[in-house]
Amino acid sequence: MSPAGLLATVTHYPDWVVFAIAAVAILLGALGVVLSHNPVHSALYLVLTLFGVAVEFVNQQADFLAAVQVIVYAGAIVILFLFVIMLLGVDREESIAKDPLKGQRPTAIILGVVILVEVITIARFKNWATGGHSAAGALSGPGDNIVKLGQSIFTRYLFPFEITSVLLVIAVVGAVVLARRPQRVASELSGGEQKEAVDS
Amino acid sequence: MTVPGAWYLGLAAILFGIGATGLLVRRNVLIMFMCVELMLNAVNLTFITFARMLDDIGGQSSVFFVLVVAAAEVVVGLGIIVAIFRRRQGATADDLHVLKG
Repeated sequence: MSPAGLLATVTHYPDWVVFAIAAVAILLGALGVVLSHNPVHSALYLVLTLFGVAVEFVNQQADFLAAVQVIVYAGAIVILFLFVIMLLGVDREESIAKDPLKGQRPTAIILGVVILVEVITIARFKNWATGGHSAAGALSGPGDNIVKLGQSIFTRYLFPFEITSVLLVIAVVGAVVLARRPQRVASELSGGEQKEAVDS
Repeated sequence: MTVPGAWYLGLAAILFGIGATGLLVRRNVLIMFMCVELMLNAVNLTFITFARMLDDIGGQSSVFFVLVVAAAEVVVGLGIIVAIFRRRQGATADDLHVLKG
């Protein structure tokens, strides 16, 4: 195909071209996450997958969620992963040739293939999408995507939205509690200080 | 010409399958966590696809909540992993065999 013909194809089917490129990025990244020996490489492949998913979001009129995907996932969650990997010093190569549990890996691969076949079969032969009328508001029509999403979240989904704030507070408190030094060490330290105070 | 939703659903199914297989195969807890993120992203992609196919903003609202829950889950999960690594030097799920009865 000549360059001009290729250009004509791309301009005629922009959605297909974007879909194909992002799909390749998603699958390459996913395989990289699973097959990498080094956890740091896995985290970087995860960024590739998340970015590809964000591109697919843009391709389906989900502009705001694509931005959130990049900011929250690629910007915060993967950075958190990298911090933990590097702080804990577990970025050494892991030998994935060794199978610690006999027969576990073939069984896992068979189970994974079964899950994939099941999902595709259900999507192919069952009418999960009934085509009923939208209950939460139309996606198409005039107005920005972010305006409609905001109206949906702050009217129909207001109570779940407020529950998520409680969830985030619980998560923050849980993370702080988990990251604290054990109480035993703290009491020993304070006990030692008191003893020193008495000695002096 | 827009891409039919079935293609997106197929892509999401494959992504979910890769994530599930990785979760079962890998023993490193951090990489198992990343595989959970892959599966969450596959589900988000199906939500967005159905939102477009059914012309319903509710799918996108659901993705918003999934993102929030995923962020909370990662924070707590990584906190647990840090707490485990502080006690022992293992990097795999098999090092947690003390949990068995």
